[in-house]
Amino acid sequence: MDLIFFLLFASIAVGCGISLVVQKHPIASALSLIGVMGSLAVLYLLLGAEFIAAVQLIVYAGAIMVLFVFVIMLLNAAEEAPSRKTNWPSRLLGVPLLAVFVALLAYLFDKMSPSLGTVTFGAFTTGGKQIGRSLFNNYLLPFEVTSVLVLIAILGAIVLARKEID
Amino acid sequence: MPQLTAVPLSWYLILSAILFALGIAGFVFRRNVITVFMSIELMLNAVNLSFVAFSHQLRQVDGQIYTFFVMVVAAAEAAVGLAIILTVFKNRQTLTIDEVSSLKN
Amino acid sequence: MNFFLISLIKTGIVAGAFMTTLAYLQWIERKVLAHIQSRLGPYRVGPHGLLQPLADVLKLTTKEGFVPSHVNVFFYVLAPFLAVLFALISICVIPFGPSVEILGVKTDLGLADLNIGVLFVLAISSVGVYGIALGGWASNNKYSLMGGLRSSAQMISYELPMAIALVSPLLLLNDLSLRTIVNEQAGYYLGVIPKWSILQMPFPQVFSFLIFLISAFAETNRVPFDLPEAENELVAGFHTEYSSLNFAAFFMAEYANMVTVTCMATVLFLGGWHPLWPAEYGSDYAPFALLAAGSAMLLFHGIVQPVRGRKWDRYSMPVAGLVFGALSLLFLLPALKPVLVPVFWFVAKAGVLLFLFIWIRGTLPRFRYDQLMNFTWKFLFPVAIVNLLITALAVALQGPKG
Repeated sequence: MDLIFFLLFASIAVGCGISLVVQKHPIASALSLIGVMGSLAVLYLLLGAEFIAAVQLIVYAGAIMVLFVFVIMLLNAAEEAPSRKTNWPSRLLGVPLLAVFVALLAYLFDKMSPSLGTVTFGAFTTGGKQIGRSLFNNYLLPFEVTSVLVLIAILGAIVLARKEID
Repeated sequence: MPQLTAVPLSWYLILSAILFALGIAGFVFRRNVITVFMSIELMLNAVNLSFVAFSHQLRQVDGQIYTFFVMVVAAAEAAVGLAIILTVFKNRQTLTIDEVSSLKN
Repeated sequence: MNFFLISLIKTGIVAGAFMTTLAYLQWIERKVLAHIQSRLGPYRVGPHGLLQPLADVLKLTTKEGFVPSHVNVFFYVLAPFLAVLFALISICVIPFGPSVEILGVKTDLGLADLNIGVLFVLAISSVGVYGIALGGWASNNKYSLMGGLRSSAQMISYELPMAIALVSPLLLLNDLSLRTIVNEQAGYYLGVIPKWSILQMPFPQVFSFLIFLISAFAETNRVPFDLPEAENELVAGFHTEYSSLNFAAFFMAEYANMVTVTCMATVLFLGGWHPLWPAEYGSDYAPFALLAAGSAMLLFHGIVQPVRGRKWDRYSMPVAGLVFGALSLLFLLPALKPVLVPVFWFVAKAGVLLFLFIWIRGTLPRFRYDQLMNFTWKFLFPVAIVNLLITALAVALQGPKG
């Protein structure tokens, strides 16, 4: 059961990831990215990270990607025009090299596999309580610092995007 | 081959590597600045997956906390980044990164 | 009986009841609006227009599913699917009643009890915007695009006060599972005042309930926040280009969202299935009394004193009265009572809130767009934060529970 779910959602994630890179239209890419995020949320559930799965959907799919879609619609971004000067060596070498890189990593991980162990659903489940306890005890300072970071980001976004008042 | 119900942790890591590589590919090949930005988000997601996977393997909640922080930073980054994209579009009427090259040469 | 079979049966019952509710909610809305405006509303199909939903469904399914030539076909077809999917999926975590034993099988009333139920509903509702936004964009029409843009901006803005308003009762109730949340609201102060979180000490959540309701109106695109589909400025906004079943899908999604939101308000603020007053004072007999009174009224108006000029009422109203009477007797059966009474209270609370939705639609005019944004960012959001801080302070001063 675990295996089936993993394979199903992993293939959805990879498929949507490929579609993100290949699609010409930004809206299609954005939707593919939402697909990746949704299937990753399911994988987080399989890993027992319930809170993170929910936050993944709320923050990533529900807030960040809505913002992306909003901007794409607002700017009426059209299909991408093909690049004027195609850099052929990078095209010809890039994709195979990337594939080789992934294959190497996969080989390494597979070699390490016995020492890494396996994932069984329900073996380690964390809800909001553990996350909250850890966040407000061990990670209190980083938490406060990120809140300042978010505040700065809000101010920056407003300053950048506001209308010029004369 | 372990028993069929359990998924090896390495598979999660391989999936994460594949998604990260796809993110790199999108970042390098695409010309639309919004799509490039989305590829960065894809890479962040891929890293998050390995964080959560290791958190499960080590039976510690810390990996998920890192994921949480990555999400917060990604949200802040998206807000500022999209504001920059809006400003660039307002000034230059283009979203193609090749054409935004005033600082080049 | 195994788990899968029970789940399948429960899913079938909930899905059937949910779909019927959606169809008849529209009938009720039209009737209530009509009476607010001194009209009769649907009256032709069946007695008092009761078969109107059926006629509507027939009409919409037999219409031509027209796809305009200028749209982006893939997203145009995908959008209503997404809207309906995300609208319907939330119902599966809502608990309708306590754990009961039916025919020797012990089961929870409700489909699933997630540890993160509240977050799940929030997540689904935050993803729900894509249906409308994509529909507006794919229609390739400037009015629809405006509708989609407005909808996504509005949903992002109103999600913040809504989420913060949700957090305050969670501080009191101390869990994320919806079933535990309802169980935490059991009991009465001084024997009569219910311990619902809207009244629960140390800080009653009246303000967060109001904030939640207001944001819920905006999240479901209802009047006075229905700017994405404003007829007179945007020619119906995001669904201008939709017809037939695609159009019906958007409509269904709107009503399903309404039902989910009212169920959430009931569970989080109004104590779920717990009755308004304790069982010692006879709250178990309230559904019987209510339905029996309805039955008596229908019989009286049908037989003894019919309204002049409505000749079919002479037959239809006594029949309806008999149906109501039979239903009221069901609530007295000792075998069914533990199942039906909690569900009745849940449905009654959600129904009152749904009526409020319709009532406000018949009463208030639409916001202007800048008013809408100012309202959430400059009023609702700060109030929600202050409310959260006061709740947190009160809970901290009270000390740990138990």
